[in-house]
Amino acid sequence: MKSPIVARVKQKRIAQLVSSGKRLDGRGLNDYREAQVEVGLIERAEGSARVRLGKTEVMVGIKVEVGTPFPDVPNAGVLTVNAELVPLASPTFEPGPPDENAVELARVVDRGIRESKAIDLEKLCAVPGEKVFIVFVDVYVLNHDGNLIDASAIAALAALLNTKMRKYEVKDGEIKMKTGYTQLPMQNYPIATTFAKIDNTFLADPWLEEEEIMDARLTMTFGKDGKICAIQKGCCGYFTQDQIMEVAKIAKEKSAELRKLVVKD
Amino acid sequence: MIRIPTKKKSKKSTRKTDTRVDGRKLNELRPVKIEVGVLANADGSAYLEQGKNKVLAAVYGPKEVHPKHLAQPDRSIIRCRYHMAPFSVDERKHPAPSRREVELSKVIREALEPAVFLEYYPQTSIDVFIEILQADGGTRCAGITTAALALADAGIPMRDLVAACAAGKVDGRLVLDLVDVEDKNGEADVPVAFLPNLEAITLLQMDGNLTVEEFEQVVNLATEGCKQLYALQKKALEEKYVTVSEEVEEE
Repeated sequence: MKSPIVARVKQKRIAQLVSSGKRLDGRGLNDYREAQVEVGLIERAEGSARVRLGKTEVMVGIKVEVGTPFPDVPNAGVLTVNAELVPLASPTFEPGPPDENAVELARVVDRGIRESKAIDLEKLCAVPGEKVFIVFVDVYVLNHDGNLIDASAIAALAALLNTKMRKYEVKDGEIKMKTGYTQLPMQNYPIATTFAKIDNTFLADPWLEEEEIMDARLTMTFGKDGKICAIQKGCCGYFTQDQIMEVAKIAKEKSAELRKLVVKD
Repeated sequence: MIRIPTKKKSKKSTRKTDTRVDGRKLNELRPVKIEVGVLANADGSAYLEQGKNKVLAAVYGPKEVHPKHLAQPDRSIIRCRYHMAPFSVDERKHPAPSRREVELSKVIREALEPAVFLEYYPQTSIDVFIEILQADGGTRCAGITTAALALADAGIPMRDLVAACAAGKVDGRLVLDLVDVEDKNGEADVPVAFLPNLEAITLLQMDGNLTVEEFEQVVNLATEGCKQLYALQKKALEEKYVTVSEEVEEE
């Protein structure tokens, strides 16, 4: 992926503002852009959601299909996350198989859902060792303006909570679909929070131009119990141990705030 | 051969003696063997054994970039491939790069980049190849530890060596350097790459479930492990180059 070019004056301006605790778009260092979540936009999909985070726009569609379980976990359904950086989303995205950025995005979203045990996969087993349900989470980036990880993770969670699967019964080892729908068995709500490091200062929810000049990136995913369930450091810079713990504190609060966008209690 | 005791037994016996499936202490690394300069063709290379992990790394470059449009006018680029041999695991791994390997190649590259003075070699690439010959948990970290030595062996100027090691939580206890069974059955795994001189963490990932307080302790444990590996790395480099300089003096 070719990276867009940010003018040197703008780079300097961003760095200058950050050092005095401000940002180019007027946000505070720990502020997220305005987020919008819509669900159920795609009728053909079992679940769907579109998240707008500023100008970043991500759609997630869920398909649930019958398949065979992995031999090492015969009693559990299967979760598969895939991400597409669709060429219409940015001049820097090229058509073709997923590149390392798309693979990383998919795997970070996957890790959050999997490690927090968001879906009770054991309830998705119809015939142990033979027939289980496979949940396909397809992340579709529609407009890239930075922080794809958080937008995708929120959209994935919203889409999973929106998912309705057909009721079924098992007769002689065969799955028979019945009328009516049930919700996916959800038991945790993982939320990813990403911070960029610019000149040893941390910014929540970096947008594209901040991402272009950041030294390093840190994503922490929290479950509803406030426990960390996934972490990914990105980019070529580094963090000290103190910096990581500083980010962890803010990230924990932010994830609880963001969760309210998707889970109303 | 690691003996995996039955669940009931393991809880009793491990808690009593404070040891793990392979008899190690909670904060003890697996036995490490390192050799630098093992491949004739590569500009730099290293081999590492950490328990049952066997890892080979080679560095080619700095050299001209192909395709040319990838070249950077102000610095060298690192290209990294982490790859597992088909015979490195119990069930044959298909040789084509998996999504896991694509992601790991990326994070390993990002873990090594801060250590190298890339600005010394504009318009070039430094190619890092990591082959996992046998895997038993913690291979991304073993790969980084080995690759850093291969970079040093290639004579590429570096700010520091990179040492990497995982820590995590298994059976409710925080432990260093998880083997495969501990990783699979444990509660959390946190791989860390560390530049001890700069106190910089250049790789940090986690999967599992930890409170913020536990996470802090696990990172501490992992960096302590990195420091031990760092000492072994330096010793291995000295061993090679001290012998070389002695040979030169004899001539």
